[in-house]
Amino acid sequence: MKNRKFVLLFALLLSLGMLLAACGGGDSGEGSTDSEAASDNEGNESGEEASTDFSAGMVTDVGGVDDKSFNQSAWEGLKAWGEEHSLEKGKGFDYAQSNSDSDYLPNLNTLVREEYNLVFGIGYKLEDAIKDVAEQYPDTNFAIVDSVVEGDNIASITFADHEGSFLAGVAAAKKTKTNKVGFVGGTDSDLINKFESGFRAGVKTVNPDIEIDVQYAGAFDAPDDGKLIASNMYSNEIDVIYHSSGATGNGVFAQAKDIKNNEPDREIWVIGVDRDQYAEGEIGDHNVTLTSMIKRVDNSVQEVSNQAMNGDFPGGEALEFGVEDEGVGLADTNEEAYTEEISGAVDEWKQKIIDGEVEVPQTHDELDDYLDSL
Amino acid sequence: MNSNRLFNILVPLISVLIGLFAGALIMLGFGYNPITGYVALWNGAFGDLYYFGETIRQVTPYILTGLAVAFAFRTGLFNIGAEGQVIVGWLAAVWVGTTIEAPMYIHLPLAIIAAAAAGALWGFIPGLLKATRGVHEVIITIMLNYTALYSANAIVRNVLSDNEDKTPDVAATASLASEWFQNMTFFSRMHYGIFIALFAAVIMWFLIERTTIGYELKSVGFNQHASKYAGMSVKRNIILSMVIAGAFAGMAGSMEGLGTFGYMSVQSGFNNLGFDGIAVALLGANTALGVVLAALLFGTLKVGALNMPTEAGVPTELVDIIIALIIFFVASSYIIRWVILRFKKEEK
Repeated sequence: MKNRKFVLLFALLLSLGMLLAACGGGDSGEGSTDSEAASDNEGNESGEEASTDFSAGMVTDVGGVDDKSFNQSAWEGLKAWGEEHSLEKGKGFDYAQSNSDSDYLPNLNTLVREEYNLVFGIGYKLEDAIKDVAEQYPDTNFAIVDSVVEGDNIASITFADHEGSFLAGVAAAKKTKTNKVGFVGGTDSDLINKFESGFRAGVKTVNPDIEIDVQYAGAFDAPDDGKLIASNMYSNEIDVIYHSSGATGNGVFAQAKDIKNNEPDREIWVIGVDRDQYAEGEIGDHNVTLTSMIKRVDNSVQEVSNQAMNGDFPGGEALEFGVEDEGVGLADTNEEAYTEEISGAVDEWKQKIIDGEVEVPQTHDELDDYLDSL
Repeated sequence: MNSNRLFNILVPLISVLIGLFAGALIMLGFGYNPITGYVALWNGAFGDLYYFGETIRQVTPYILTGLAVAFAFRTGLFNIGAEGQVIVGWLAAVWVGTTIEAPMYIHLPLAIIAAAAAGALWGFIPGLLKATRGVHEVIITIMLNYTALYSANAIVRNVLSDNEDKTPDVAATASLASEWFQNMTFFSRMHYGIFIALFAAVIMWFLIERTTIGYELKSVGFNQHASKYAGMSVKRNIILSMVIAGAFAGMAGSMEGLGTFGYMSVQSGFNNLGFDGIAVALLGANTALGVVLAALLFGTLKVGALNMPTEAGVPTELVDIIIALIIFFVASSYIIRWVILRFKKEEK
C-alpha cells in the first residue's frame, strides 16, 4: 500500500523530468539556431569592418572580474576593444571567472575550445596554466599579464610597477604630516616586493626620516584582513597607506572611510593601485583616495588584442609598459588632496626616471643598495 | 526495513531535484533560460572528454573528504577539520615528493602514506582532546584549519621554496599524473588518484560494515554510555575515528599535491575541499557508496558551473547561488523526510 504512493511519486517525477528534457531538446535547438543566425548576421554586418571573426577572451584570477582593481581593469580594456570593433559580450569577447586556483586550467580550456583566437590570463598566478595550455594548443595565441612566460604563442605583458610605486612613494612622503606611512601588500611575492621596494625607495628619497610600516595580508581576496591591518596602521599614527593587494585593499578603503566618518577632522589617505580607485574613496563630499598607482592594464590588453587582430601578435615577446609610455603613472582625480606641490614633485621624479637619473629598485636587495646610496 | 532503504535513496534524490528546480526558478526570475543554463552545466561537466576528465579530477578529492567527514559522523563526531587535514596532507605529500629520491614503487606509496599520516595527526589532536578533556571537536578542528593553512603557507614559502609562491614540482616517481588519461581526455588533469579514492571508499565500507572495530565505532556513535557499559573504550574509539577520518582527508590532499597540481602553492584561503566534503557526506547519508555518488554530483556541479557563464551567459554570481541552493536543499533533507512521513501517516 505504502509503496504504491511512492511509485506514483516516482512516476510523476520521471514524467516531469521527461517533460523538461523534451522541452530542453526543443528549446536548446531553437536557441542554437538563434545564436547561429545571430552570429551569421554579425558576420555579415561586421564583414565590412574586416575585424569579423577575431575574438578574444580572458580568464580572471581568484579576485574576480569586479575586484575594482587588476582584473576589472583588464576586463574594461577588453570591453573597450570589443566596443571599438562593435562586438558583443559572448560573441567576440568574454571572460571566465576563476573561483579557485584549480579553475584556471578548465577556464582557459573552455575559452580555447570556444575558439577564441586570443586568450588572456590575468595575473601571475596563471603562469603555469598558460604555459601548459599554450603548449597543448599551439594554434591559439595567449597573453599573460604581470608575468613572463616563454613560448612562441605567448605574449607577456608586464608593467614597471616599481617605477609607478616610486612615484606613489613620492606622493605619500609629500602628503604625510605624521612622518609615518604604511604599505599593505597582497602576498609576499616577487611581484608585490617590486611594488614595496619602489614605494619605499620613493618615500625615503624625499625624506629619509619617514617611517614605513610594511604589512602583507597574505591574500588578494581578503578585505577583512586588509581592514584589520589598516585599522592597526591608522591607530599607530600612520596617515597615508599605499595598498597593493587587489580586493584585499577594499578593506583598507573601508577602514579609512570608517575613521573619516567618526573623526571628520582627521587627515588620512589611501593610495590605490592598478586602476584609479577614486570612486572607492568617496565619502560624502570628501575623498580619502589621495591618488592611485595606475597600471594601464586596460590599454595593454586593448593594444595587444588589436595587434593580434591585425596579424602582428607579439608572440614570444616580453612587453614592459613603464613610466615612459604611460603604462604606469599616478591618477590626479582627487584635486583637493593631490595638490600642485605634490604633482610637481611627482612630475619631477618621473622625468628623472625617464632620463635614467634614478634606477628604481625592484627587489629587497636592490632596495638596500639604493637606500645605502642615498 | 525495505521502505527505510527506499527512503534513504529517495530523500537525497528529491533534494537534488528540488535544488535544481529552485535554481531554475532563480534563473527564470533574472531573465535567463534555465534550460540553456543546465545544458551548459551538463556540457561543462560531460560535454566532451576533456570536461569529463576534469570532472573526474574534481570528484577524486571529494570522495576522500566526503569519506573523512562521513567516517567521523558514524562515531557521532563532526569533523569540520577536513579542510585543514587536506592542507597538511597536501603539504606532506609534496614534501616527500620533492625532497626524497626513490624508485616509483617506494616513492609514490610513501608520499601518499605521508599525506595520510599527516592528516591522521591533524585528526588525532582534536580526537585526543575530545576523548580526554571533553573539548568539542568542532571548535578544535575549525581552529586547526587555520593553523594548517598558515603553517603550510609559511613552510611552502620558507622551507620548500626560496621565498617563492609555490614549491618545485614533485618528482616523476611520486606523481599520480597519467599520460594515458591525459592523452585520452585532451590534456585534462585526470589522474590515477581516482582508483585510490574508490579503493578508500571500499575500505571505509569494509571497516564500518564488516569489522569489529567498525561495529564499535558505530556503537559509540549511537550511544556512548551504552557502549561504555558494554565494555568498549569510548575514548579509544573517538580517537581512532578521528585518526582514520584525518587519514582520508590527508589522502585527499595528496590527490591535489601529487595528481592535480604536482606542487603546492601558497593558499590565499581555504580551497573548500574539506567543507564541500561535509555536504558530500550529508548527501551521501554517511555511507561509502553514497559518498561516491554525492562526490560525483558535486564534482559535476563544480566543474560544469564554470561553463555556465561562457556558454549560457548566466553570471558567475547566479551560478554560485544556484549551487548553494542545491546544497541547501540537500542539507535540509530533514524537511523532505518530515514531509514524506506526514504523507505516509495520512494514508494510514
